[in-house]
Amino acid sequence: MTEQTSQAYGKPLPSMEGTTGEFYQHCKNHELRFQRCKECGTWRHVPRDMCAQCGSWEWEWAKSSGRGKLHTWTVVTFPMHPSYADEVPYAVTLIEMEEGPRVVSRIVDVAPQDLRMGMPVEVIFAAVTDDVTLPKFRRADT
Amino acid sequence: MISLKDQICVVGIGETPFRRPKEPDGTNLSIQLKACEAAIADAGLKNKDIDCILPIEGLAHAEEMAVNLGIADLRYQATVRIAAAAPQSHIMTGGMAIHAGICNYALIPVGWYGYSGSIRVRTVMADNPLVFSGGPTARDFYYPHGMNVPPQWFSFMARYHMNKYGTTREQLGAVAIAFRKHAQLNPHALMYGKPMTMEDYLGCRMISDPYCLFDCSLECDGAGAIVVTTAERARDLNKKPVTLMGFGQGQPYPADDLSNRADILEMGVTKAAPRAFEMAGITHKDIDFAQIYDAFGFQVIEQIEEMGFCKRGEGGPFVEGGRIELGGELPVNTAGGLMSEGHVMGMNHIIEAVRQLRGEAGDHQVKDAEIGLSTGFGDFMDGSVVILRR
Repeated sequence: MTEQTSQAYGKPLPSMEGTTGEFYQHCKNHELRFQRCKECGTWRHVPRDMCAQCGSWEWEWAKSSGRGKLHTWTVVTFPMHPSYADEVPYAVTLIEMEEGPRVVSRIVDVAPQDLRMGMPVEVIFAAVTDDVTLPKFRRADT
Repeated sequence: MISLKDQICVVGIGETPFRRPKEPDGTNLSIQLKACEAAIADAGLKNKDIDCILPIEGLAHAEEMAVNLGIADLRYQATVRIAAAAPQSHIMTGGMAIHAGICNYALIPVGWYGYSGSIRVRTVMADNPLVFSGGPTARDFYYPHGMNVPPQWFSFMARYHMNKYGTTREQLGAVAIAFRKHAQLNPHALMYGKPMTMEDYLGCRMISDPYCLFDCSLECDGAGAIVVTTAERARDLNKKPVTLMGFGQGQPYPADDLSNRADILEMGVTKAAPRAFEMAGITHKDIDFAQIYDAFGFQVIEQIEEMGFCKRGEGGPFVEGGRIELGGELPVNTAGGLMSEGHVMGMNHIIEAVRQLRGEAGDHQVKDAEIGLSTGFGDFMDGSVVILRR
């Protein structure tokens, strides 16, 4: 969406409104936080109003360990959006965090052909514009 | 509970040619109107007999269709927000309205300039996450990482299945090749006259690994439409009616986020198929053919598993050895499907199912076909299933 794509960066950016904006604001502060229900303790992502487990409206931004494992991925070789033409081939990865939520992201230091299911990773933070910092991942030891 | 089993019939089918020209020669509305005229004529009805229109979201409205067709008294209209699973879902929506006495003849159109038009799919979807599939979840949490369009989303599941169950590219190839073979028997198919070997398949360029170009459906300019009414009225019409035995609709959970499902392989049809089989009162062995929504090849294997034609993890071997080809145990996508006939959002699957059950499928006819199944698939794998009989 044009209005959300900064001139210099040129790639799709998230909305910075509401709870989604709060999620990315934590990323900007180099913290990966997810909503956690104050009633039953269930972690969730993407941001929601209510806890799907217990129905509670009470929640907090709880800090993730930042550690997770590779659940699945795809290797994009044909840039379906023109702004990614300079990056192909790249792997989009699905990371399952220790706390349970999964995040779509990238692993920055592993070549696509070296990705393995269950590979341990840890979060890093990439400031792509002045406003937006994306959570990305790198290989972890254990 | 009121059952619609054996109460509702498809009585008319119509299609435009499927093409891939450089420039559009009409609008998403006009191409659908052409299919509507053909379907209404096929049923032996007049335009003014239609009193319900169920359009797919985002392409043209019931009001503008009605005014072009001269339908002055539209008793009912609706659009189920289930993206391309809508054609199958709309058979049930129309069926419910008709059975309740709200209206008599429901027209279900689908069509677009999906190749040449301004709605060139990949760009439009990537730039309009809130209008097309995806919504805020995709915009805020997938797109910024370079995951913008369906072949990228759904290759997540293909890769997961390959890792977990050892499904191979040759098995994905068996799906693409089966549909391409069927297209060689169907002059209406975009890939008619263009056969494909396993060598061709394995040598094809990648789009979003493990999906190569031949795993992807064909963007196309085309439209299809059907007319639905009661079994009683169907008896007086032009063509041999095709009767709805079973229907189910379902969505994976959460429907708006494909990344946080407890089971990443869960689909709409996982829930929809058991409902359709229960309503129909039949088992998988009774199905003579299946028209399965094939936006991408692995999702055919996935739907075969999730609908229970085989166990989870066995779909790869299932599609090998000609089982899903004409003459096999379960012929699938006998006109070529979205991958080799053309992507008309699954309406062509319903039309082909009706042709098969009327015995009008010509060179791609399944011998003695009595009962067939068709699936719809939309958004992040929402699903709908219809079971039809002759």
